[in-house]
Amino acid sequence: MAGLDKRVYSYEDALAGLTDGMTVLAGGFGLCGIPENLIGEIRRRGVRDLTVVSNNCGVDGFGLGVLLEDRQIRKMIASYVGENALFEQQLLNGELEVELTPQGTLAEKLRAGGAGIPAFFTATGYGTPVAEGKEVREFDGRQYILERAITGDFAIVKGWKADHFGNVIYRHTAQNFNPLAATAGRITVVEVEEIVAPGELDPAQIHTPGIYVNRVIQGSFEKRIEKRTVRA
Amino acid sequence: MALTREQMAQRVARELKDGYYVNLGIGIPTLVANYVPEGIDVMLQSENGLLGMGAFPTDAEVDADMINAGKQTVTARAGASIFDSAESFAMIRGGHVDLTVLGAFEVDVQGNIASWMIPGKLVKGMGGAMDLVAGADNIIVTMTHASKDGESKLLDSCTLPLTGAGCIRKVLTDLAYLEIEGGAFILRERAPGVSVEEIVTKTAGRLIVPEHVPEMSF
Repeated sequence: MAGLDKRVYSYEDALAGLTDGMTVLAGGFGLCGIPENLIGEIRRRGVRDLTVVSNNCGVDGFGLGVLLEDRQIRKMIASYVGENALFEQQLLNGELEVELTPQGTLAEKLRAGGAGIPAFFTATGYGTPVAEGKEVREFDGRQYILERAITGDFAIVKGWKADHFGNVIYRHTAQNFNPLAATAGRITVVEVEEIVAPGELDPAQIHTPGIYVNRVIQGSFEKRIEKRTVRA
Repeated sequence: MALTREQMAQRVARELKDGYYVNLGIGIPTLVANYVPEGIDVMLQSENGLLGMGAFPTDAEVDADMINAGKQTVTARAGASIFDSAESFAMIRGGHVDLTVLGAFEVDVQGNIASWMIPGKLVKGMGGAMDLVAGADNIIVTMTHASKDGESKLLDSCTLPLTGAGCIRKVLTDLAYLEIEGGAFILRERAPGVSVEEIVTKTAGRLIVPEHVPEMSF
């Protein structure tokens, strides 16, 4: 890792500097496009009291769900949770705090955070429990609530291919929240299936330009399927 | 006879128009895709970042990187596009989706909808539902007319925490198709063999019954 070359060669180096109490932004939708090995490294490091921002919280024994096993997550900001029993249990015990956020608002909070926009107005959630305690303003006869942006100490991202400079492309719907998380991390770490030399990726096809990325590492992935559904 | 889930999907599918971009929620709304009328082409939006959702894959086509918002493996049809979650919700919140179909626990005469949270029960989250109801002009709610205990789900005022305020204009239940206008449900169609009286009995919210209420046919 020197200058524009963002490559690191161990997961330990990939998450160097991650400590207790930090906020981690994680890409992924369900188990699709999740940074499996970076999550594994968070577990290995044993850091605690994390605030994790992710659309979902994995399942029992896979994805972000593994961070529940040693109670490393203090607060979860997500749109849909509860695909795992451990999550439910820790929530009911009061060991885990959850801030449920509409999916589009969550995506926009990350986008805004990465783009230097501290807050934005949205109609989503007006008149619902999500609006409690938030400023309401009328524009053109419609009511909107003020939502704050999100940034994190670390962003952990799963890409398909990256080059040495940290330019990233994602594959199919494994894109989801990944490029948004990538923009909003103070330190953004991307793990990919393949690292290629600069010039091999078409510049016009880059999803996440390298300016957002601090470290890139090549890994191998299980890519577990949550709901395998086939036609005859 | 109350409509079956398939008949409900079939009835909703009649609201599709050629060239529509459509977001279908989980459950009965998903079934609507099976009843797209002949000669009509629509693009299905899946809020995890896919516009142009295709059929489920064959065994050989299954790809962990290709899922829908219900986390099921899917394919992309010809002409599909794939994008990130902010882009996906820009489409939804920006009012670009022509029709949204989703389920609910309750709907009321003010167009309020409750679909995500039952106090005292574990709350799993709203996912994209709040964005969908706030962003779309044209929404059809599909649900049973009454709960299993016989409690009406069409109310003067929702009792459960809301998903969205004042955003619903059309409801298809297993008994009827209704519109919401001027602080009342208006009975537009009834399921085959279901009497107006039964619908009146099972509708707790203010209901206007026009002189002629046609029966749906399948």
